[in-house]
Amino acid sequence: MDEQRQPLIEFRGVSKTFGTRNILNKIDFSIYEGEVTTLIGLSGTGKSVTLKHIIGMLKPDEGEIRFRGKAIDKMTKAEWNDYIGQIAYMFQNNALFDSLTVFENVAMPLKYGTKMKKKEIEEKAMARIEQTELTEVFDKYPSEISGGMQKRTALARALVTDPQIVLFDEPTTGQDPIRKNAILGMVAEYQKRFGFTALMISHEIPDVYFISNRILALYDRKIVFQGDPEEFEALDHPFRQELISSLESLGEELTGLYSKRHFKVRYQTDLSQRRPDATYAAAVFTIDDIDVIGANLGHEVTQQIIRSLGSYINKHFGAVGGFSSRQTINEYATVLPYSDIEEAERIMKDFTRDFQAHGMSGIEAAMADEAKSENCVEFSVQAGLAQGKPQIEIESVMEFARFNQKQIAQFSCARGGKA
Amino acid sequence: MAENSTVENTTESAIVKPRKGFLNSFFEFFGGKALRLNNDLGAMAIFFFRSFFMIFRLKQIPEIIAQIYFIGAKSTQIVLLVGFFTGMVLGLQLYFVLVKFGSVGVLGTAIALTLIREMGPVLAAIMITARAGSAMTAEIGIQRISEQIDALSTMRIDPLGYLISPRIAAAVISFPILTTFFDLIGIIGAWFSGCVLLGVNSGTYFYRVVASTQMDDIMGGYYKSIVFGVLVVTICCFQGFFTHMRTDSFGAKSVSLSTTSAVVISCVMILVSDYVVTSFIV
Repeated sequence: MDEQRQPLIEFRGVSKTFGTRNILNKIDFSIYEGEVTTLIGLSGTGKSVTLKHIIGMLKPDEGEIRFRGKAIDKMTKAEWNDYIGQIAYMFQNNALFDSLTVFENVAMPLKYGTKMKKKEIEEKAMARIEQTELTEVFDKYPSEISGGMQKRTALARALVTDPQIVLFDEPTTGQDPIRKNAILGMVAEYQKRFGFTALMISHEIPDVYFISNRILALYDRKIVFQGDPEEFEALDHPFRQELISSLESLGEELTGLYSKRHFKVRYQTDLSQRRPDATYAAAVFTIDDIDVIGANLGHEVTQQIIRSLGSYINKHFGAVGGFSSRQTINEYATVLPYSDIEEAERIMKDFTRDFQAHGMSGIEAAMADEAKSENCVEFSVQAGLAQGKPQIEIESVMEFARFNQKQIAQFSCARGGKA
Repeated sequence: MAENSTVENTTESAIVKPRKGFLNSFFEFFGGKALRLNNDLGAMAIFFFRSFFMIFRLKQIPEIIAQIYFIGAKSTQIVLLVGFFTGMVLGLQLYFVLVKFGSVGVLGTAIALTLIREMGPVLAAIMITARAGSAMTAEIGIQRISEQIDALSTMRIDPLGYLISPRIAAAVISFPILTTFFDLIGIIGAWFSGCVLLGVNSGTYFYRVVASTQMDDIMGGYYKSIVFGVLVVTICCFQGFFTHMRTDSFGAKSVSLSTTSAVVISCVMILVSDYVVTSFIV
């Protein structure tokens, strides 16, 4: 399918050597318009170097970089200005001007890079500041605000010129797990809202899978994989052993939830030994209106809600022999390998009762601060059950469980939550 | 490719390298130094001219004013302090020399010409280098290592136009003004030590100051201060801007070394150029 589309940006046999150290060795990859592409690789393997080639901060020793089929080193000055004007770059350490306020930092590309009038610049910069939830700190200096706010300032500055392509160099570095996911959520939301093409360097596995259309894997100076996240999870390459597995295990330690790949492996190992007529149950939990929650309560609160539900599901179903995984940005799946549908329904009833009595408190706590403000939003948690057999694909069972979903809890910021 | 490498290695090892003689070593060492110096001077000249031509833009005016405040206004106190004591010392020393010849009446002439022609421009420039030049190098160096300069490029803002041009303009404006302050306060300092403390007639002193100072002397001092301003700001900004290119250190250490180099090179160049400019204007 990729071969039929024209890449927006294309690397062809690009090599780069610093002194005697070869960083990139004839790498080839493509980035497509309107997609989020994530570049994954070990530290010091040339991910940032790759990004800097796109904006012309570094020149390849060999090979060429093409934009809509045209080599960027053969562009005329006008073509180059047009090309570079479409790109914004968000640096790993933000690269904010520490002697300028948040507003001045955000307005900077407009003030010095365009011929816009002062009033227009102010309006546009303030609009981006509001969208990135920085209104309260617009007159503060970067050193006076938190790391998460600094990231958002860098993001607002990158987006203020309405770029067509945004390059994110490890946007989640140095953030806690909630903020990491909040930043990824923010990238995904803005990408949807503004429609730009994103190329992101990130180590947040598996979280980046939920927001990425394509994954690029840079290993041993070469691109060893490019394709969608589903294919990447099935990749059989030393790269996985060195990076992905360790990150996934770390994710499990932190959240108790399985990665999608480990979820499938556990499913296959647990059920392959069973008799063909044996049954099991699967449950799918979904938080409705996740975009609305994000827009009204902010990305950090949204991530706290998602994590709170995930850890409660894992705690409850893990105790009865089940295993769970986050499937998409707002969906969890659980398999109860030794339960039939009737037993699963009883477990689900217990879960619903416990969740309404105790589990909702975590979500209500996350919403508490926002409930005081005018940003009121209502949403619900849906759950569905389905019965499966070992020979049936888990995806089909989960699809059936989605079909059976019904509301198990409803939340309103005005009153905290109600069932 | 592996085969090619083997062939190359074999060929290299087969070449018998001639032993270097004294002359070869001598020219290799100094020739290398000369080439590097030549490259650096060329790079600095391009750096200066590219920045200079970007001064003449409307958007630069607020930035230039901010830099005049930083380089000029904030250096005034230290320049006045140093100027006053320099004048006092000159008054003291010259009084005891002139009194031996019974010529204390020309103290004003000696003080005015020494300060306006030489000491004012040179010492003011050195003081501004110490205060503002070092700060410029450190600020730009930190902006370089924290990728702020790279960020400017990605925003389609020319780093030379944004960071360097206003500083060059501000230096060209501030240096002559601060030199004037230095000269005036130096003359007052010499009056204080020569007239108030040692008893030279104040009327004679100021008459000599005014009568012996020609417009050429004043303009010569201004020419020098403009040359010093351009040199100091170019050297200091260049050192900060290319702090990441240093081969002897990285990160914060490279900023500290660049700052030291900037101050040392600026001071040396002030004295060297002082001789060159003086030789043209006398």
